[in-house]
Amino acid sequence: MSALDLASAVRSGERSAVDVIDEHLARIEARDSEINAFNLVTADAAREAAAAVDAAVAAGKDPGPLAGVPIAIKDNMCTTGVATTCSSKILEGWEPPYDATVVQRVAAAGAVMVGKTNLDEFAMGSSTENSAFGPTKNPLDTSRVPGGSSGGSAAAVAADFASLSLGSDTGGSIRQPAAFCGLVGMKPTYGAVSRYGLIAFGSSLDQIGPFSKTVAESAALLEAIGGHDPLDSTSIDQPAFDLTSVLDRGVEGMRIGILRELSGGEGGVEGVSADVIARTNEAAAALEKAGAIVVEVSVPSATLGLSAYYLVAPAEASSNLSRFDGVRYGLRVDASTTGEMMTATRTAGFGPEVKRRIMLGTYALSAGYYDAFYGKALKVRTMMLQEFASVYAEVDLLLTPTAPTTAFQLGDRTANPMTMYVNDVCTIPSNLIGHPAISVPFGVGDDGLPVGVQLLGPALSEPTIYQAATALEAAASGEGSLS
Amino acid sequence: MTMHEPSLPKEWELVVGLEVHVELATKTKLFCGCENKFSHIPNTLICPTCVGLPGSLPVMNEKAVEFAMRLGRALGCEIHPSVMARKNYFYPDMAKDFQTTQYDQPTNADGQLALADGTVVGIERAHIEEDAGKTTHVGGGGRINDATYSLVDYNRAGVPLVEIVSRPDIRTVEHAKAYVSELRDILLAIEVSDAKMEEGSMRVDANVSVRPTGSDELRTRCELKNINSVRSLGRAIEYEARRHVDLYTNGEAPRQETRHWDEEGGRSTAGRSKEDADDYRYFQEPDLVPLAPTSEQIAEIDASMPVLPAARRARLGERSSVADEVIVTVVERGQDGLALGAIEAGADADKVLTRIQNDLAVDDWSAVTSESLAMLIQMETGGELTATQAKQVLGEMAAGEHGGDPKAIAAAHGFEAMESDELETLVDQLIVDHPDEWSRFVGGDDGDRKKMQGFFTGQIMKATKGQADGRAVAQLLGQKSAG
Repeated sequence: MSALDLASAVRSGERSAVDVIDEHLARIEARDSEINAFNLVTADAAREAAAAVDAAVAAGKDPGPLAGVPIAIKDNMCTTGVATTCSSKILEGWEPPYDATVVQRVAAAGAVMVGKTNLDEFAMGSSTENSAFGPTKNPLDTSRVPGGSSGGSAAAVAADFASLSLGSDTGGSIRQPAAFCGLVGMKPTYGAVSRYGLIAFGSSLDQIGPFSKTVAESAALLEAIGGHDPLDSTSIDQPAFDLTSVLDRGVEGMRIGILRELSGGEGGVEGVSADVIARTNEAAAALEKAGAIVVEVSVPSATLGLSAYYLVAPAEASSNLSRFDGVRYGLRVDASTTGEMMTATRTAGFGPEVKRRIMLGTYALSAGYYDAFYGKALKVRTMMLQEFASVYAEVDLLLTPTAPTTAFQLGDRTANPMTMYVNDVCTIPSNLIGHPAISVPFGVGDDGLPVGVQLLGPALSEPTIYQAATALEAAASGEGSLS
Repeated sequence: MTMHEPSLPKEWELVVGLEVHVELATKTKLFCGCENKFSHIPNTLICPTCVGLPGSLPVMNEKAVEFAMRLGRALGCEIHPSVMARKNYFYPDMAKDFQTTQYDQPTNADGQLALADGTVVGIERAHIEEDAGKTTHVGGGGRINDATYSLVDYNRAGVPLVEIVSRPDIRTVEHAKAYVSELRDILLAIEVSDAKMEEGSMRVDANVSVRPTGSDELRTRCELKNINSVRSLGRAIEYEARRHVDLYTNGEAPRQETRHWDEEGGRSTAGRSKEDADDYRYFQEPDLVPLAPTSEQIAEIDASMPVLPAARRARLGERSSVADEVIVTVVERGQDGLALGAIEAGADADKVLTRIQNDLAVDDWSAVTSESLAMLIQMETGGELTATQAKQVLGEMAAGEHGGDPKAIAAAHGFEAMESDELETLVDQLIVDHPDEWSRFVGGDDGDRKKMQGFFTGQIMKATKGQADGRAVAQLLGQKSAG
């Protein structure tokens, strides 16, 4: 039952929210020891919140558009009095005194948080293997990774532990796990969803977004969390999107560009597998069949995204993660001086990937290296922004694969960080330029695992993206392109 | 220890630049809604943002920006589109382990400050930044590296500051002190800070170097910190300059370093060397948007700018011929409006100013109006009151006696200047009684004449218990000696 059907059943009193939550908690109980989607299951608080929803319904009050819908929250979003760890030892046991704006907004919409989900430590990774609390497994094939860094949130929805979940996407951390788990995953326009209460990784890249099984559910959740927030200075001053009412408008006359550099084309990025390219081409054909005009376009700088990203994101992270120093909260490893205490705390508290990125970022910002590294990466961002802008003068949206491959085996890419980093090659450009992008399941790969295709659009083009995503979803589930 | 000489040997010239941190008197802190005030109870004026909790975000206080721009304009700076930057370093009272400040794009640049004597000191920049918390190191040597433990109070964390950086244009200790006084007067006049050095709302660091007189080189400078008063600033600069001269004279050279001024010991001690200084890895603060004041905003600030101390001094200077110090004092005390009003009302300008300077050095003079002051001065110049009587009446006016009415006060005391024939009789008698003194008055050189005029006036005052008008006495003496 979709989140929207659940909500309407709860709103009409046909189903009790408590029952809905109990049903999901039972599933978590039965299977999460195997999947490890959750760092923390908030069963009691969830039952209480569900009871409040039922009480509101009984009292004739509006319980919100997502009434009683179980939702999982990535464990890098602050929840009052509920441990928020970023899957790091350094924050183990820390309970924030405040809620992230998105947490407040989903609660206000009537959704019920069932728990905090696992992630790559501080959202740094593409497989959810970099967690201090052990890897999350892909519910579709437990020998595989669920993707990352929001692997726990993806797995929670894929395993029916929750109808919806929230992830954060700094370089593909929603879209790639959505693709690996056969889900819809959306990274909104930078500034469309408040980052207040999201523990920062790369502040100029981070964006919170929804996971769901369907495009319509994704749209409903984005409507609930979006819109201006005065607590986030980078929040765009405009009301939440109206998406659900435009979903069925179709793609007739819409101009869709196949982005050559990210779709296995000549001069583009290497390593995109043949089955993924095939599905992407089929998705293009399906859109064309539905009335869209499909053309091939080129953004040469898109291939530079990966390099620019691995300077910008670690640079910002090196600064954002400085505050974990043992002074105010979280882990403290005592030592004889303050400086030694800070060093000992950070040495014991951070995992290897986090340390690697802090070092990388510190180096990129250092005096004498700034211009060659961080400064150059900023220039690439500007260039990409210009090139994408000129492409959007010709087309409405772009189509690419979401990830170069389907979900890979656990442990397959942990030995060499570079093999992990290339996973994000198709998703990174949208973060660097702050544009929205969605991953929609479109068939399966040679291994039978889901393939995701990605729709990219200019800033605030969410309504158009959701329109096209709905068409793709229909094509994928219909008789047409999937043979 | 031996005190140093008060001035440098004439073959050496002093070169000083000042960095002044000013706390802005906004209601709330720079990036959050916490109250900006002093509290004796540690950590009571804090929130997730100013303690740098994970997930918290800054929101710029618009009033602080306005105050900073107001200060910039008062210093003749250009206001530029500006950005905030992160200055990264680890310190327990710096909650985020970076300071949000401005780096290469400050709000205010290229201004100047004119001292009371007309000397102009260039202002390089006046930028916005946040204050840190306060650390108290307990036990050991009381410093961070040897304390038993340290206590951090974050009440001050996030208080808005403007750092005003002068060019190295200051050549004398007196000018350095005058710069700080003038800056304080401006801050008070434009009402952006209470500018109290002793309480830390205005903190002065001095960059001191020396060079051979006549040269225009800039030699190695030392930055002096912990200067808590204008007097202390003078002593610190003098000491440091002497230290440099001594080093050069002995064939040595100072090291570029930060030095700690020890007011009690009257000396500076070496602090951190600039060679092993931190690399602050500045980069643009991604959590805040650029500041782009419109020309309308700047025009509004200019239009609401009060008349600044320099212009106020000029205004009095044009209308009087008293010494500069008199005007400086009157403007410093904020009594220039009172004086101007009395002058406009027809009172003698020089008399008004000297009377205020000498006899109105009180905290509360609100009972004295321009009109009553003008009346008092006119009574004095018209011969109704002697100088001594006028002084007494003004004192009682300030105390609010008889509704501050000078006529009523004078009447209550029975003050009336002596009739002139009565005075003439007295003068004639004195000439007869003191023939030697009279002949020295009539035939002596200027010095003698002056001395004897003092003698005769003194005798008259003694005889009349101060009721005689000193000017009338001088006039009579002149008439008698001439003819």
